[in-house]
Amino acid sequence: MSWRRTRATAGRVLRQLRHDPRTVALLVAVPAVLMGLLAWILRGRDHEFDTFGPQLLGIFPLIVMFLVTSVATLRERTSGTLERLLTMPMGKAEFVLGYGIAFGSAAIVQALVVSGLCFGPYGMTVRGDAWLVVVVAVLDALLGTALGLSVSALATTEFQAVQFMPAFILPQLLLCGIIVQRSGLPGVLHWVSYLLPMSYAVDATQQLSTHAVTAQFDLDLAVVGAFLVVSLALGATTLRRRTP
Amino acid sequence: MIDRPAVPTDPAVHVEHLTVVRGRKRAVDDVSFRLAPGTLVGLLGPSGCGKTTLMRSLVGTQVVASGTIELLGEPAGSPALRDSVGYVTQAPSVYGDLTVQENLSYFATILGASRDSVMRVLADVDLLPHVGSMVGRLSGGERARVSLATALLGSPRLLVLDEPTVGLDPLLRRSLWGLFRRLAAAGTTLLVSSHVMDEAERCQRLLLMREGRILSDTTPDGLLSATGGDDFESAFVALLESGLREGSAPSSGEGEVGP
Repeated sequence: MSWRRTRATAGRVLRQLRHDPRTVALLVAVPAVLMGLLAWILRGRDHEFDTFGPQLLGIFPLIVMFLVTSVATLRERTSGTLERLLTMPMGKAEFVLGYGIAFGSAAIVQALVVSGLCFGPYGMTVRGDAWLVVVVAVLDALLGTALGLSVSALATTEFQAVQFMPAFILPQLLLCGIIVQRSGLPGVLHWVSYLLPMSYAVDATQQLSTHAVTAQFDLDLAVVGAFLVVSLALGATTLRRRTP
Repeated sequence: MIDRPAVPTDPAVHVEHLTVVRGRKRAVDDVSFRLAPGTLVGLLGPSGCGKTTLMRSLVGTQVVASGTIELLGEPAGSPALRDSVGYVTQAPSVYGDLTVQENLSYFATILGASRDSVMRVLADVDLLPHVGSMVGRLSGGERARVSLATALLGSPRLLVLDEPTVGLDPLLRRSLWGLFRRLAAAGTTLLVSSHVMDEAERCQRLLLMREGRILSDTTPDGLLSATGGDDFESAFVALLESGLREGSAPSSGEGEVGP
């Protein structure tokens, strides 16, 4: 495991982003506009933005990063650059971590801008610490990156890659407790929701909206972190030096 | 060609009974050969004959069905080879959304090659004027040269080049073949594939492939005199036809042909 190669990969991915300013603008603008839209929709309703805002603040970056990462890694596979890197002294973990760091930094910028807007002009308030909402948002974006990395191995075309978003993310969205409280889900689905990372991401922000500090929040954060590590590891194992 | 007695050195490439199955086809079918260090070897044959699959097997990116491959004394794909074998794929595998320099600096870091080597390889492939250009905006030939330059980074002892001169103008092709000869003279072993037969004369040794098999293992002069053709195109066609008539794949066998 070489830090030099990991850092070079992260730097390279960020340089690619820098040459594509429209993508960077979209990364920040799309969640910012969506949160603004939500604030507008819920205007005048008592504290509803304070309830839904933090939850979606974590979910939008997850979806965006999932899509961006799965397309980016698919591109590495189809262009042959991944194969070339794997014939070089490039570690699989170095490659995956490089991507994680690059998109993670993009996620930090995204989360800071969007939560700055939410807590500022959009008027969102939480009982817990506002900075913890930012931490959850960054962690969710990283989770999106990690899931995108591991899932992109299953896709052989761009058409497949973009369809993995509805396939992998939308079921989690339905079961994570935004639409129906998880305790109110039918028995089997309630248990399934325990296996899905987004349930913990959303629960963490729910805790922050309603309480100052809770042990449940720490647990949620730890579970999201564990999912993050596991899917990064899974992403690394799906990279194949030899293909049929 | 000067005939020299075979030097008793370890081969740079040693392939024994290699078979690769892709789908339902034997893309490489019981192929054996050895390449002496410092040789410039052409791998020629019609498209779809298994050149790329054979090359991918050498660099360790292809799942092989059976047989053994040793490069520089190590089994193909082993970690020890990752900074000593350079590989260029047929389609340029570089980042279109980075500049030429950014591409090469990145790959140099991964290989642990020096910063100086970036400028050296760019000069080798005549790309210094484009150092700051975005690769995606370059012409096809220029992009292919960025990909080739990447493989030259560091100091590879074996270069596996899959059609590196496709789409290049005659002057540039001549200059690249000159570069390949200089590299071979300096001790690098090169296996260069092409489906353009007139590139055969620039090689020291030729492996001619058809339908996954090595049809002939010869030298440019050997090919011409064996078939009685005047040019490589007709010589190869003559060889293909004689191979078809006999219904088998003749091969000059196991011998290690020196440079």
